[in-house]
Amino acid sequence: MSKKIGDVILDVHNISLRFGGVKALTDISFNVREHEVRAIIGPNGAGKSSMLNCINGVYQPQEGSISFRGQTFKHMNSRQVAEMGIARTFQNLALFKGMSVIDNIMTGRNLRIKSNLFAQAFRNPFGIGGAQKEEEAQREFVEHIIDFLEIQAHRKTPVGQLPYGLQKRVDLGRALAMEPQVLLLDEPMAGMNLEEKQDMSRFILDVNDEFGTTIVLIEHDMGVVMDISDRVVVLDYGKKIGDGTPEEVRNNEEVISAYLGTSH
Amino acid sequence: MNTTFPQLLLAQAAEHGELPAMREKEYGIWQTTSWSNMARLVEALACGLHQAGLLRGEHMVVIGANRPRLYATMLAAQSLGAIPIPLYQDTVGGECVFPINNADVRFCVVEDQEQVDKMLEIRDRCPQLSHIYYDDPRGLRNYDQPGLGGMEELIAAGQAHAKAHPQLFRDQVTACRPDDVAAMFFTSGTTGNPKGVVHTHHTLINRADVGARFDKLTPADEVLAYMPPAWIGQNIFSYAQWLVAGYVVNCPESGATVTIDLKEVGPTYYFAPPRVFEGLLTSVMIRMEDAGALKRGMFHYFMDVARRVGPTRMDGKSIGLVDAIKYQLGDWLVYGPLRNNLGMSRVRVAYTAGEAIGPDLFSFYRSIGINLKQLYGSTETAVFVCLQPDHEARADTVGVPCEGVEIKLSESGEILVKSPGLLKGYYKNPAATAEVLTADGWYHTSDAGFIDASGHLKIIDRVKDVGRIMGGEFDGAMFAPKYVENKLKFFSYIKEAVALGDKRERVCVMLNIDFDAVGNWAERRNLSYAGYTDLAQKPEVYELIRDCVEKVNADLSRDELLAGSQISRFLVLHKELDADDGELTRTNKVRRGFISERYAALVDALYSDKTEQYIETQVKFEDGRSGSVSATLKLGDAKTFAPVKAAA
Repeated sequence: MSKKIGDVILDVHNISLRFGGVKALTDISFNVREHEVRAIIGPNGAGKSSMLNCINGVYQPQEGSISFRGQTFKHMNSRQVAEMGIARTFQNLALFKGMSVIDNIMTGRNLRIKSNLFAQAFRNPFGIGGAQKEEEAQREFVEHIIDFLEIQAHRKTPVGQLPYGLQKRVDLGRALAMEPQVLLLDEPMAGMNLEEKQDMSRFILDVNDEFGTTIVLIEHDMGVVMDISDRVVVLDYGKKIGDGTPEEVRNNEEVISAYLGTSH
Repeated sequence: MNTTFPQLLLAQAAEHGELPAMREKEYGIWQTTSWSNMARLVEALACGLHQAGLLRGEHMVVIGANRPRLYATMLAAQSLGAIPIPLYQDTVGGECVFPINNADVRFCVVEDQEQVDKMLEIRDRCPQLSHIYYDDPRGLRNYDQPGLGGMEELIAAGQAHAKAHPQLFRDQVTACRPDDVAAMFFTSGTTGNPKGVVHTHHTLINRADVGARFDKLTPADEVLAYMPPAWIGQNIFSYAQWLVAGYVVNCPESGATVTIDLKEVGPTYYFAPPRVFEGLLTSVMIRMEDAGALKRGMFHYFMDVARRVGPTRMDGKSIGLVDAIKYQLGDWLVYGPLRNNLGMSRVRVAYTAGEAIGPDLFSFYRSIGINLKQLYGSTETAVFVCLQPDHEARADTVGVPCEGVEIKLSESGEILVKSPGLLKGYYKNPAATAEVLTADGWYHTSDAGFIDASGHLKIIDRVKDVGRIMGGEFDGAMFAPKYVENKLKFFSYIKEAVALGDKRERVCVMLNIDFDAVGNWAERRNLSYAGYTDLAQKPEVYELIRDCVEKVNADLSRDELLAGSQISRFLVLHKELDADDGELTRTNKVRRGFISERYAALVDALYSDKTEQYIETQVKFEDGRSGSVSATLKLGDAKTFAPVKAAA
């Protein structure tokens, strides 16, 4: 691989998150460097999705802070995070099932559209004025994503009619439509068959390679993670038990016991 | 037409440079390349290739789907007097080694990363392969192998070179002669190494021109290019005739979007092998079965009308007032929308070739108002040997000899052809050439057939495949395997069939079910299945298939010549026959000999009294890995019928 991994872009400091008496995350710190593929792994209930939700601004951690490009923040809402260039996909697909593939990906362009709702709703029939031109430009961008993800044959298909693997791809497409600097992927390969997993891995690597997007992904499938990540964080019971290259993590005693189980 | 392909291009560009030459759908929009832009692109590519060292008379491999820039590359090579060899884009790397080494290929131009990987994989076996160019740079950013380059850079270098040497391109084009070799096509061949069929500019252009004048093709015609460019049929229809007639060739976005693109383009001139027509019909029938009762009723009522009077009407004969009204009504309600759905609303001329087409399939298309016709030809004859004139289309013939063609039959019933479009020979293979091309100028087609009373050519089977039944109740009867297989394959539930019976007592077949059609049938019956292998062995599916087989038997029993070819036993194979496993040719014809060796255990079981047989088969996956499939197959018996004597 000739890609250049840059400086730290996202830094997580001593994050702790509690839901009432339940400690979801305890004192987690790790960083993500620009252009790398960073994986967060761990058994069920380890706190992976909670971690992603903290970065994403969905959960507000009680302790700790997150810095993005040197800017430190404690509380942040999802919109601000999105505006800063962090996009995500969802474990349980949050697509608009009745809308076409194009429309779903178009929603990802929302933040980039400048013309107001009124101008969009009442665009004139002559194609003069900003709203129509803007829509054409946005559509062109979306078409590049469709081409990139090879879903040309499904452009106008309602998303609900597509097989699961393709829906996952549309979900990725919508996140890409935001032109993110950092892409958070929540179990992008969950529920897929081997072929779909291979396809998805290729798309993730292509995104990373072609657009230079930094990728943080949560994944269950160890094989996939080890193949495509540059560095891996391992969580167990809300604590960080390992951090390093796939090779280092694979040989980490604690990680092995968390995954394979040991007598406590 | 005494000219060459590059000269045709320059003539088209001079005559109507602003008209569209090719379109390609990209980013959701049809992007047009005009004839003058095409000529400029070809000039740049030719100068680039010249600068890179491509020599006159040298071979260059082109691999990829239908892309304007790949067609432009072929023209560029021809402009320099080099010879393009299109190869099938779905061949595995190993299969490319022979053609590349056979023709000492140094240059290849491919579509994308997938093809580049293939070329890099075989590079150590093809040491002379020094230049690899790719059209689509996606995923190739980090490749730094020597000799690998993008087409963009090649074009830029070519443009710079052209500026410095403005006469180079014209001089090179003028130096090409009509009798120079224009292209080489490797035939998939059922045995041994593939053979390179050598064609000159003259052979290809002559045939393309005859075909174009026969169907009065003009620059206003539209074609959708979706079959592999390595197949001579596609090459004639989207290259040779494109340059001769000057029509528009449209390249689909991807393989998966063909049906959508077909609807958007609405081609006027259409060409496909029977299996494509079969696939389209199957998908229509599946959707009709799922439609509401009213729609279904309407469909069946009007299809009955169409079946009765449509073909007659298509032949230009009168059908009576009542039927004419009914047909018109049907046209508004069913046929028109159906044609539109198939993307065939504007089709003026459609051809099917390559294999025999089921009579019901053939008349289905004609009955709904699509001018589907048959033609006869092969790679060696640059396609056009026989064509069916409008109003004379029939399912069981392949048309009348077209301009310039002479046909005669050998003593063994083999069809011999003399035509200006015959191959120059097989490349570096004089023995094979001598076998098919005799000194007196006749090409031996190895097809058995005859010319019927109306002057139409009728094909029975391959000469070597026509066999005899030995022993048993039909001792000595003629056995034409393909004839039987085609009858079976007309049923939408049956995808492939392999008939056995030469020198045996009775005929047995091995079948592939059509996974889509039977899968849908099973779903409607709440029959659960886990995949192809599971579905194929369901007793219910065996009953369904038995019914088809017996219908074929009933039909065969009415044919005096072929009543002995009735099927007594059959089985449904546990895997789909696949070109990657060598069971089909790249043009999807069954390789009967190979299959009966590979499944020898099944063949033996069919000719014994067993009711089931265990089999394990190695399979190759598309990425080159292999695995195995095993199953215990049931063997089914089918009823045969006493031959019906023709009424005296």
